[in-house]
Amino acid sequence: MFIFRFVTIAISGLLASAVLAAGEGAAQLSPDALVQSVTEDVLVLLKQNKGSDNTQKIIDMVEAKVLPHFNFNHMTALAVGREWNKASATQKETLARQFHDLLVRTYANAVNSYSDQKVRYKPFKMKPEDTDVLVRTEILQPGGRPIQLDYRLEKMDVGWKVYDVAVAGVSLVTNYRASFNEEVRKGGIDGLIKALRDKNVSLEKNPENKR
Amino acid sequence: MKSIHLLGVMASLALLTGGCAGQAQRAPVAADPYEGFNRAMFSVHRKVDSAVIKPLAKGYDRAVPLPAKVGAGNFFDNLRDLGRSGNAFLQGKGEAGATGMARLVVNSTLGIFGLFDVASEMGLEAGNENFAQTLAHWGAPPGPYLFVPLMGPNTPRDLVGWSVDQGLYPLWHHVEDQPALRNSLAATNLLQRRALLLPLDRLLDEASLDPYAYLRDAYLQSRVAATDDDDPASDETSPDTDTH
Repeated sequence: MFIFRFVTIAISGLLASAVLAAGEGAAQLSPDALVQSVTEDVLVLLKQNKGSDNTQKIIDMVEAKVLPHFNFNHMTALAVGREWNKASATQKETLARQFHDLLVRTYANAVNSYSDQKVRYKPFKMKPEDTDVLVRTEILQPGGRPIQLDYRLEKMDVGWKVYDVAVAGVSLVTNYRASFNEEVRKGGIDGLIKALRDKNVSLEKNPENKR
Repeated sequence: MKSIHLLGVMASLALLTGGCAGQAQRAPVAADPYEGFNRAMFSVHRKVDSAVIKPLAKGYDRAVPLPAKVGAGNFFDNLRDLGRSGNAFLQGKGEAGATGMARLVVNSTLGIFGLFDVASEMGLEAGNENFAQTLAHWGAPPGPYLFVPLMGPNTPRDLVGWSVDQGLYPLWHHVEDQPALRNSLAATNLLQRRALLLPLDRLLDEASLDPYAYLRDAYLQSRVAATDDDDPASDETSPDTDTH
């Protein structure tokens, strides 16, 4: 039963990555198919690396497989809120880079500490002219209630990109707004950049504080 | 004389609620008027949790095999379907209410006293209604954010809702006159729920610049999402309403 599921996931993951690798322009996946293929990829990677304490390996895999489908500029703009417009182009770029590093590391650590979970994809409907959609999924964990995991995607020239992720209705992006605003209030945009950089450095120094 | 006394009280209050030097200049957050007090309670909570509750939950998580944990989780959760169903009816959600009652019946019988969640396999999905959401449905405002040690993030509306839901929780009535059994059931319930959160512990410290604000805003966002569940379009506006 479990083996069967594993094999199905592995095969669909391989197929999905083959499709993705086949060329971004040629195979523009629909938003729900994109979310599903990336999710299955992650599940396969996690199964392959189950029990390994190698956070860096998972970070590298997340960078390669997951992040190309995220629009980090948009995510950072959402997290910073109205202060975003006061940032220069260079500041924006640095901010997005630092926010990216923070999210990658926390995401890799978070998924790495879970096991035995399954993902259910909720029915998805969209009109052909839609450019901004919500794809809903659910993480089923044994002995616990299902956790809602929703992705918001926008249509760009290169295909659909995720710009917001919400866990149980909580946006992982806008949840930063209060603390980001506080840093901007104290030290301007550069203060926020510094706070993020310090945070990333401290996480990098201390990557293996396993449970 | 009197003013000196007052000064002393204010100074000790400031010490109690301050925690660290920079916080006095923090910009106020509308939903969290008692932020200083809440931050103090948050740090108390984290100390108790890391000294006592978290180690116990880790022990539970390691010692109890997965099927037993799933069974325990299902058992406690099954009885919550009564309250969820009742609250769904109180919010005029007849279908969700009926589904909840069907779940309770199916899982208590076919699922052997709720140890197995047969109803979900049959496609009867668990609801998420509670009395706090019923209060919200009928227009009660959440009130100021409160961090309650041992319970965690709260609002007055959620505290009232929680105590009503506890009163409706059938398990406690059955073991009222057996304190030993009641206490061990309550402890198992606590550890089981805490163990589910273990993977998130690192997230709070790693992901956030400020764990207190991160948890508060996540909690307030999740309450908005839970009370706006009839209207998915509101997802887009809800995050903005939390700050300033």
